[in-house]
Amino acid sequence: MNLSLREKVVDHVVLMLFAVFAVLPLIGVLISAVTPAAENSGGFRLPGSIDLSNFGAAWEHGHFGSYMLSSLVVTVAVVALTTVLAVLAGFAFARLDFPGSGLIFFVMLAGLMLPAEAFIIPLYFNLRGAGLNDTFAALVLPQTAQSLAFGIFWLRNQFRTFPTEIIEAARLDGARDLRVLWQVIVPASIAPIMTMCVLITMWTWNEFLLPLVLITSEDRRTAPLGLAFFKSAHLTDYSALSAAGVIVALPIVVLYVFLQKRFISGMLNGIADR
Amino acid sequence: MTQGISTGSLVDAPKVAAPDTPVARRPSRRGLVGYLYVLPAFVVFAVFLGVPFLQTFQYSFFDWDGLSYATWAGLSNYVDVLTDARLRAAFGHALVLMIFYAAVPIVLALLLTALISRAHKLRGMSVYRTVLFLPQVIASTVVATIWVSIYSGDGLLNAGLRLVGLGDLARVWLGDYSTALIAIGFVGTWVNAGLCLVLFLSGVGNIDPALFEAARLDGAGAAREFFAITLPSLRGQIAVALTLTIVSALKTFDLVYVTTSGGPGNATTVPAFEAYNRAFNTGQVGSGAAVAIALTAVIMVATALIGRLQPKDAA
Repeated sequence: MNLSLREKVVDHVVLMLFAVFAVLPLIGVLISAVTPAAENSGGFRLPGSIDLSNFGAAWEHGHFGSYMLSSLVVTVAVVALTTVLAVLAGFAFARLDFPGSGLIFFVMLAGLMLPAEAFIIPLYFNLRGAGLNDTFAALVLPQTAQSLAFGIFWLRNQFRTFPTEIIEAARLDGARDLRVLWQVIVPASIAPIMTMCVLITMWTWNEFLLPLVLITSEDRRTAPLGLAFFKSAHLTDYSALSAAGVIVALPIVVLYVFLQKRFISGMLNGIADR
Repeated sequence: MTQGISTGSLVDAPKVAAPDTPVARRPSRRGLVGYLYVLPAFVVFAVFLGVPFLQTFQYSFFDWDGLSYATWAGLSNYVDVLTDARLRAAFGHALVLMIFYAAVPIVLALLLTALISRAHKLRGMSVYRTVLFLPQVIASTVVATIWVSIYSGDGLLNAGLRLVGLGDLARVWLGDYSTALIAIGFVGTWVNAGLCLVLFLSGVGNIDPALFEAARLDGAGAAREFFAITLPSLRGQIAVALTLTIVSALKTFDLVYVTTSGGPGNATTVPAFEAYNRAFNTGQVGSGAAVAIALTAVIMVATALIGRLQPKDAA
C-alpha cells in the first residue's frame, strides 16, 4: 500500500515541524558556542564571526578536560563491572534453577523504579564512615548497583530465548556452565549486550545527583557536575557556557548518531516487556 | 544497623525459569551453583542500594541534623509531608510537572499520530526518528543550561516575542513566580514529545493493515478509524509512554537544581529536590528521608496503576 502524494506531503510537513521543535534549541546552543563572547547576550543570533576559542577556554580554564577524564573513567568502570555481573546473574536467573530465584530477581528489579534519593542519604553517611567519600569507588559502585537492575532484567530476557538445543549440544560435549556461558551464549548475544552497554554508558555519563553528593574535590568532578558548577560561576558568559554544554553532551550524541537504533529500541523495549 | 535481605531466605517464589529446564543434574548442586552466579551482583546491589534503601526508612523515623545524636521522631516526618506548606507545594508542583511531562506530550503525539498514521512507511522516517529522539539522550544538566539561555532576559524566547510584537510579555521566565514552574514544565514537554511520537508511530506500524481496510469498507471516517482501531491498538505503547514520562516527571531533580534551585521562593521546588536539600543542606536528614520514601511510594503506585493499562498479551 503506497502513500498518496498528498499524504506524503502532510506527513513530511508535520514531522518537519516536530523535528524543528526538537532540534532548534540544540542548533541554538551550537551557534551560541561559536559566537564571540563579546557579542553574546543569551539570544541565538547568527554571529558576525565564528569563534572556536570558546571550546578551548572551557576545556582549559573551565577544567573540562579534567571533568571529561573523570567521567570517562567512571563510565568505563561502571559499564565493565555491570556487564560482567549482569551476564553472570542474568544467566543464572534465566537458565539455572535455584530456590528463591524468583524472589531475589524481583527484589533486584526494584532498582529499576527507585529514585536515587531513596538510597543516597544513608549511602552518603555509610561511605563517609568507610572513608570512601570523594573516591572513584564512591561513584562507580553505587552506579553499578543502579545499572544492575536494568542489566539483569535485560539479559535474563535475552538468555531465556536462547536456543536450548545449542546449550544442550555444548553440555553434551562436556562443557561446564561457565564455559557454555562465556564461549557459547555471550558471543552469540553480543548485539543485546551492546545495547545494554550503550544505555548504561548514557545513564552513567549523564548522572548528576550521585557525583553531586558523593564528590567534593574538583579533580574528581564528572562532566555534568562540572557544568552545573561552571554555570553558577559564569552565569552570563553564554558563549563559554554553551561551549561547555556542547562538550559535555557531545560524546553521547556521537554514540547515539552511530547507534541510534540500539538506543531507541533499548529504551522503549527495556521497559515495555516488563 | 539494618540487616540486608539474606540470600538464605529460601522462600518458594513463583518459578520464573524458562519452560525448557536445563539438563537434569543433581538438584542439590544445581541450587548452589545458581547462587554463586548471582552472588557478586547481589552483594553490590545490597551494599550500595538495597541496604541504604532500608536505612532510608530507618532514618525517616528520626530527627537528625547529620552531626549530633538523632532523636526518635515517630511519624512526625511523614505528617510533615502532608501538612508542611513547603512539602505540600513540592508534591503539588510534581503534579503540575506531570501535566507538562506526560499529558501534553502524549496527547500531542496521539493527535499527530492520527494525522500521519502511516508515516512509518515514509522514506526518511529513520532520520526523523533520530532527530525526534535526540532530546532524550542529552544530559539533563546540558538541557538545563540550554533552556536557561532560552528563558533569559535577552534569550531566544523574549527575542521571539519582541519580533512578533508581543514584547510586553517578555520577562525573565525562570525568575518570575507565575511562570517559573510552567517554564520548567515546558522543558519536560520538549524532552518527551519526540519520544512519544516515535513510540506511537512504531506502534501503528505493527497494526494489521487488514483492520484499516475493513474499517474503510464499512465506511468509517478518519476519526472513527482512530478511535476504533488506532487508539485501542496503541494501549501498550501508551502505557509505556505514561510510565516513562510520569516517572521522569516525579524524578525531576537535575533540571530544577540547575535552573532555579527551587526558586523563586519555593515556586519550583519538587520532592526530589526537597529530599536532597533537607538531607545535605539544611540539616533535616530525617525529613529528607521521609520525603524520599513518600516519593518512592508515589512512583510505585503510579507505575502499578499504569501497569493495569498494559494489554495482558503484550510480549
